[in-house]
Amino acid sequence: MRTSKDIDGPLETPVRFVFPQWSNLLLPTVIGAILVVPIYAALVLTYGLSPVTHNVGYMPIQPIPFSHKIHAGELGLDCRYCHNTVEYAAKAAIPPTQTCMTCHAQVQPESEALKPLWESYGEGTAILWQRVHDLPDYVFFDHSAHVERGVGCATCHGRIDEMDVVFQTQPLSMGWCLECHRDPEPNLRPLDEITNLAFDSLRDQTAQVRRGLLDISHISPSEDCSTCHR
Amino acid sequence: MNEPTIDNTFEDPCQRAPLVLNHTEFASVTTAICQANESPRPPRAWYIAFAISSTLASLFGLLVLYLIITGVGVWGNHSPTMWGFPIINFVFWIGIGHAGTLISAILFLFRQKWRTAINRFAEAMTIFAVICAGTFPVIHVGRVWVVYWLFPFPNQMDLWPQFRSPLLWDVFAVSTYFTVSLMFWYVGMIPDLATFRDRAVTKTRAIIYGILALGWCGSTRHWHRYERAYLLLAALATPLVLSVHSVVSFDFAVAQVPGWHSTIFPPYFVAGAIFGGFAMVVTLAVPSRQLWGLKDFITMRHLENMNKIILLTGSIVGYAYLMEFFTAWYSGARYESFAFINRAFGQHAWAYWIMLFCNVAAPQLFWFKRCRRSIPVMFFVVMCVNVGMWFERFVIVISLEQDYLPSSWAYFAPTWVDLAMLIGSMGLFLTLFLLFIRYLPVIAMAELKAVMPEANAHPAGAHGSADDQNGEAVS
Repeated sequence: MRTSKDIDGPLETPVRFVFPQWSNLLLPTVIGAILVVPIYAALVLTYGLSPVTHNVGYMPIQPIPFSHKIHAGELGLDCRYCHNTVEYAAKAAIPPTQTCMTCHAQVQPESEALKPLWESYGEGTAILWQRVHDLPDYVFFDHSAHVERGVGCATCHGRIDEMDVVFQTQPLSMGWCLECHRDPEPNLRPLDEITNLAFDSLRDQTAQVRRGLLDISHISPSEDCSTCHR
Repeated sequence: MNEPTIDNTFEDPCQRAPLVLNHTEFASVTTAICQANESPRPPRAWYIAFAISSTLASLFGLLVLYLIITGVGVWGNHSPTMWGFPIINFVFWIGIGHAGTLISAILFLFRQKWRTAINRFAEAMTIFAVICAGTFPVIHVGRVWVVYWLFPFPNQMDLWPQFRSPLLWDVFAVSTYFTVSLMFWYVGMIPDLATFRDRAVTKTRAIIYGILALGWCGSTRHWHRYERAYLLLAALATPLVLSVHSVVSFDFAVAQVPGWHSTIFPPYFVAGAIFGGFAMVVTLAVPSRQLWGLKDFITMRHLENMNKIILLTGSIVGYAYLMEFFTAWYSGARYESFAFINRAFGQHAWAYWIMLFCNVAAPQLFWFKRCRRSIPVMFFVVMCVNVGMWFERFVIVISLEQDYLPSSWAYFAPTWVDLAMLIGSMGLFLTLFLLFIRYLPVIAMAELKAVMPEANAHPAGAHGSADDQNGEAVS
C-alpha cells in the first residue's frame, strides 16, 4: 500500500506508460482519415443514388424472344391491344397466350422461336414471362390512376417501341416517383397521346398546354405515405 | 470513516468555509481519492449493487430484444395514448441529466467553487442518463432497423424528416447534448487519468489509463490549453442547459392537446429537469461518499447547497403547477379546464397527487437547516423527488387518454413489459454508474486542489494576512 509519504518522494518502481514511437503515426493517420472520409462518403452516396443501384438496364431473358420493336414499333400495335387492363386496373395485364394466337395462328406458325407459344396453347399452361418493371411488394402502384390522368406509357417505360428486348430505363425509386408527384406538369400529355411512345411531353407541347392539362384533370398528386404504402 | 468534525455549513462572513475537510496537503487528497479505485477489490456493497443492477440491465436488453422481435404491441401504448411509458421514461431520464450540465457549465462560469467535488460524477450521471433516455425514443419508433431515418441525409427515397416537427429538433438537441457532455466529461478527466496512470502498479492499468490520458505530462503548456478548452466547452454547454429541455418540452407544447399547448412548458420543464437532476445527484452522492470514503470532499456543505437548489427549483415547479391551473381557468377554454380538472380528480388523480406531494410538499422540508443537513431526511426528500418527477411526466403524457373526442377516450394501463423496462433502465443507469466509480476518477482531483488553501498560499508578509488562507488574490 502506498502512503502519502511515497507520493512526496519519487515513486518507487512505477510502471511507466509512454506512448510508443509508432504512435506518432497516429496524427498523420487521423488527418488522412479526415481527408479521406468525405471522399468515401461522397462515393458511397453517388453509388447509392446512381441508377445502376436501381437496376436501370435490367434486361432478363424471356422464354420467347418477343420483340416490342417489331410489334409496337414497326407493326404499330397499340399497347392496349395486349396490355388491355391498363386503363381500368392497377395492373397492366400480361396478355394470355390466346392474345398472341389471334395473329400467330396464321403468322409464322412454323417458327422455331414460337414453339413455347404452341406448347402453352396446346397444354393450357402459362408462358413464364419475366417481369422487368418490378416494384417492391410494399408499394401499391395503380396504372389506371396514372394513365387516366395523362401520364403516358413512355414516361416510366421508355421507348418500348425501339427495344428488341425490353429493359428498365428509369430508376423506379421512391425519389423518382416523388419527383413527378411533386411536379407532375412536365410529364402530362393529352389522353389520346397516352400510348404514343414517340410523343414527348416537353418537346411536343407548350408549357401552357401542359398547365391546361393540369387544371382540366384537377391533378394534385398526393405525397402522403399511405398513398403508395397502404 | 467518521463524519468530519468541522462544521463547514456554518456561514462565517470573515472567512470562506472550507470545501475540503481534514486534508491540508495535495498529496493526501490524491491518495484518499485514488485509494478506492486502486484497491484490488471494491467493497462488498459494490459487488451486491453491481450484481443487482447488471441483472436489471440485462433484463432491459432482453426486453428490448423481445420488443423488436414481437412489436410495440407488448407495451400498453394504444390510441389515443400513443406515447405511453417509452416517452415518459425518455423525458424522465433526459431531465436527470440536466444537473450535470448545470454543475459543470453554469456553476463553472459563475465560479461556484463548491462544484468541484461533485461535478465529475454529476457529469457522468448526465451521460448515463442520456444513454438511458436515448434508448426509449429509438425503440419507440417501432422499426428500430430504420431508426437512422431520424437524421436528414440524402437518399433515393427523396425522404426528409419533418423539419417543422419538434420531434426532429429533439434528435438534434439530444445528440448535441450527448456529444458536448461526453467531451466535457472526458476533457475534464484527462489530468486525473494521468494521475491514475502515474500511480499505476500494474501494467494493464498503466497502459489503459496511459492511453486515456493522451500523453498528459502536466506541463504549463498542457495546463494552459486544457483550461482554455475547458472554458470553451463550458461556454458551449451553457446554452444546452436551457435549450435541451426546452426542446423536449416543445414535443408537448407545440402539439394542440389540451394540457400540453402552453407557453409555460419550456421554463417549467427546465426547472423541473434541474430539480430532478439535483435530486439524482444527491441520491447518488449520499451512498457513494459513504461507500468510497469521500466525506471529506463531498461535505455536508455540498449536500446542503444542492438541497437549497432543490428547494428553489422545486418551488418553481410548484409555481408552474399552480399557474397551469390558473391559465386553464383564466383562458376560459373548456377543453383546457376539463384537462386540468381531470388531472386532479379524474381516473388518474392518484398519480397527480403523488406528484404534488413528492415535488411540491416534500422539498418544503428544506426550509429548515436541520432537514437540509440530515442525511435520512435528505435521502427521503430526494427519493420523493425522483418518484415525483417520474410521475410528473406520467401525468403529462397520460393527458392524451382524454382529449377532444370522447368516443376515443380510453384508460391507459401499462403492461408488465412497460414496468420491467422502466426498472431495467434504472439497472442500466446504475450499472454504468457503478462501473464509473470503480474505474474512473470520481472526484476531479486536479480541480479540487485548486480550491484548497494550499493553492492560494501567500508567503508570510505578503499582501493580506498569511492566515487568510482562502483569500482571493488582491489586485
